[in-house]
Amino acid sequence: MRSVFAVAEKELKDGLRNRWLIAITLVFAVIASGLSWFGSASVGSIGFSSIANTVTSLSSLNVFLLPLIALLLAYPAIVGEDEDGTLLLLLTYPLTKGELLLGKLLGQTSILSIATIIGFGSACLSILFFADDVKASELFNAFGLFIVSAILLGMIFICLSYVISSWVSEKSKAAGIALIIWFFFVLIYDMGLLGLLVATEGQIEADVFPYLLLFNPTDIFRLVNLVTFKTNGTGLLSIASDQSFSLLGLISSMLAWIILPFSLAYYRLVKRPI
Amino acid sequence: MSIIELKNVSQQFDQLSVLNSINLNLDKGEVMGLFGHNGAGKTTTMKMILGLLKPSAGTVRVFGEEPAHSNFNHFRYRIGFLPENVSFYQQLTGLEVLRFFAKLKKVSLERCLELLEQVGLTEASSRKVKTYSKGMKQRLGLAQAILTEPSLLLLDEPTVGLDPIATQEFYQIVDNLKNKGCSIILCSHVLPGVEKHIDKVAILSKGQLAAYGSVQKLREQTSLPTKINFSGCFNIEELSNKLNTRITTNQEGIFSLEVAPNEKLQTVKTLLTQPGIQDLDTFPPNLEQLYYHFVISNQANLSQKSSNGEIPSTTGDKIRLLRKGEKS
Repeated sequence: MRSVFAVAEKELKDGLRNRWLIAITLVFAVIASGLSWFGSASVGSIGFSSIANTVTSLSSLNVFLLPLIALLLAYPAIVGEDEDGTLLLLLTYPLTKGELLLGKLLGQTSILSIATIIGFGSACLSILFFADDVKASELFNAFGLFIVSAILLGMIFICLSYVISSWVSEKSKAAGIALIIWFFFVLIYDMGLLGLLVATEGQIEADVFPYLLLFNPTDIFRLVNLVTFKTNGTGLLSIASDQSFSLLGLISSMLAWIILPFSLAYYRLVKRPI
Repeated sequence: MSIIELKNVSQQFDQLSVLNSINLNLDKGEVMGLFGHNGAGKTTTMKMILGLLKPSAGTVRVFGEEPAHSNFNHFRYRIGFLPENVSFYQQLTGLEVLRFFAKLKKVSLERCLELLEQVGLTEASSRKVKTYSKGMKQRLGLAQAILTEPSLLLLDEPTVGLDPIATQEFYQIVDNLKNKGCSIILCSHVLPGVEKHIDKVAILSKGQLAAYGSVQKLREQTSLPTKINFSGCFNIEELSNKLNTRITTNQEGIFSLEVAPNEKLQTVKTLLTQPGIQDLDTFPPNLEQLYYHFVISNQANLSQKSSNGEIPSTTGDKIRLLRKGEKS
């Protein structure tokens, strides 16, 4: 376990030196504050509207941003170490491949968590102090869940990056595939589902269809931040509205989305020719 | 018990045979030089000893255990490795990099500082590694390799990028560790200067062990001539007839001749009885000459086989390159 923490600490330090941490934190803080105060500008009002509105618009924006940041942060994890010759060296140390991967996950999740907590947390506090008639408990619940689910979403894409990173032999290839994965989950998948829905004129099994959303981690993230407000989603997510997904079920499926890619990444790392 | 034992080890990647029936032994406190051209199988051999690769055939034992087995992990505290071309973590400082590796081996901060001092990086220790020169990275690499005062040290091209003084200091560290009982494998294609620090030589060529043994033993195996340089006043023609060899002379007035090992003593005796002799030096074949001899004869063997229609070969070109002193 000590070696896991040593690797995690090194990753965290690397993230600080690269200015990754500062950059992500700033981006999150600006977005969160901007959305909470000007999010309802499109409907003609300025200022804080409601917790539900703020969190929903935050989650629909972060669905694009967070996976991208996580992928960019983590794609060099294995292939980068390999290119620098440090992977070869590390494996001659009393450190197993599992510990290495776990340490990386811990370190890079910490970077993302710190950025998320500070970035969105500051927006949450600014609402608490400056907005009128906001219930603190309600606000903290909503933002707390939002932050936790955002961290989980980040972890999912970090683990997906590890799969790529331990599979391919060149860093540039890993970057390319990471972008394709992002594009697929953020845009293509939902469009495909909508296409399916339109093509079948809605004749598809209504019981099964919502579950297809669970095959896309970004949709699960949005669902998590919808179920608490009992509001109906817009667009594709509206099909899930009649279907009652429990929060626990959604969080569990996010965890599955972490464990499965992580295991696959570990398997590829073991098989990787050194 | 041998620290390292390789028995009939072969390694194949797909259809390509990289190593062919290698037998090696390394005892406690021994230093072995592992030489060979690029692609000869040096790094593959190292990787098998480190347990990063499993041999396709044969057995590898390190400390009497199988290094590729997961149980081997606790032996890794006793192994130091300096890879070729390692660029470390560019964003971290020298001390941070060493601290990271030290934590993995449960080594204290004091030891890190002491090592940085020993390799001459104290002043640069708070600078980022990306500002380091090749030689400085190499010294940092050496520091991480000897973090635990290892029982087994594997060094891949350790002196690349080091200036002559740093090289000298490096060999001092190697000698010290050897005296403490550390077994060392020194992998290189840079040969001058290495000879007096090693007990054993293993020369790999095209995946085969072309030569193996002490430098002295290898000299005996070849009949490469010993060179004798001498100076003084002589009747060269008479002397040449007497010794039955050709004598050459250079611009500084030093004469030299080459003589087979078994005639060396007789020749020296004859020279010493010459009244005009002022100085005399003998040069037995050095490691570099032995290396070329073994590599070329091994490749000649292979190309002979290939002319019998076994392997299509470009060995002829390689030999010509090697003769020009090309080390690749």
